Amino acid sequence: MTHSHARSPLAHQFEDLEQQHEAASLGMWIFLATEVMFFGGLFAGYTLYRNLYLPGFEAGSHHLNVTIGAINTAVLICSSLTMALAVRAAQMGKRNILVTFLILTIALGLAFVIIKLTLEWRHDYLEGLAPGLNFTFAGPNAKAMELFFCFYFLMTGVHALHMVVGVGVLSVLLVQAWKGRFGPDHFNAVESAGLYWHFVDIIWIFLFPLLYLIGGRY
Amino acid sequence: MQGHVVPKKTYFFIFGALLAMTALTTGMAFVDLGEWNTIVALIIACCKATLVALFFMHLRWSTTLMRVVLLSALLWLAILISLTTTDFFSRDWTPIPEGWGESSLLSPPALPGNLLQRR
Repeated sequence: MTHSHARSPLAHQFEDLEQQHEAASLGMWIFLATEVMFFGGLFAGYTLYRNLYLPGFEAGSHHLNVTIGAINTAVLICSSLTMALAVRAAQMGKRNILVTFLILTIALGLAFVIIKLTLEWRHDYLEGLAPGLNFTFAGPNAKAMELFFCFYFLMTGVHALHMVVGVGVLSVLLVQAWKGRFGPDHFNAVESAGLYWHFVDIIWIFLFPLLYLIGGRY
Repeated sequence: MQGHVVPKKTYFFIFGALLAMTALTTGMAFVDLGEWNTIVALIIACCKATLVALFFMHLRWSTTLMRVVLLSALLWLAILISLTTTDFFSRDWTPIPEGWGESSLLSPPALPGNLLQRR
């Protein structure tokens, strides 16, 4: 057995690269399981109060812009595609393609957060729909609507925070990719970041219909 | 090389399917299906999530261990949501004994300080 040093892609606690790769993915999946429980609490609370105060939740949902929500969903799905292609490039050791797709993923992630911040949250705040900061709506079901907007801001806020963390992680990977650190034997970091990114996408896939599409718009 | 290198074509196909389902779920919100609007929206969301997990997250080519982790997370999520809702929505099924006041479900106490006061 040859004694390879710090540059070896195989950490010494693992038998082979395959095992190392599996350990990295398994660790990320377990982290994602805890994330499921983290968001699960919010989804459970949402389910409960939506059933208790359905008219108020529907009225609240009607104040959201479906078009912007759908566009943002598409932006996230595009970012998932570029992330998947980035992982593929890392697996195949294609540095330039990896760098390009990481930049695209970061740009799409930032686009999502900026659309959310400037076109939606700011608009909701100015309309007087931000509980605790500026909630001036006084129509029927105002209290239940305030509850809906509490869930809306909390769920989309925590989701956007996850996006920002993801952009940070991808930025670190981008620097490493630029330096040519990744290749067929060393791409676990990119793959794990990809798993996280796709998970955040899945959360939005559920948030979009639950927040934007309740209470028929026909 | 470890892991499965997925053909580009597969990724683009899944991407197209996800965009199509986004358009479908948005469109369905404008069609009156009554109670079924929410159910259809959730079914489409589950399909999209499954596609992302299977293909983008490589679960289709992963070992059983990863799938067990995901399924256990979903099982616990199901327990969390189902037990919470069954508790809440079955509270009014049994009559409230005399002197215990109204059900707290529809008229929750206004202030935490009132919780221990008996009327």
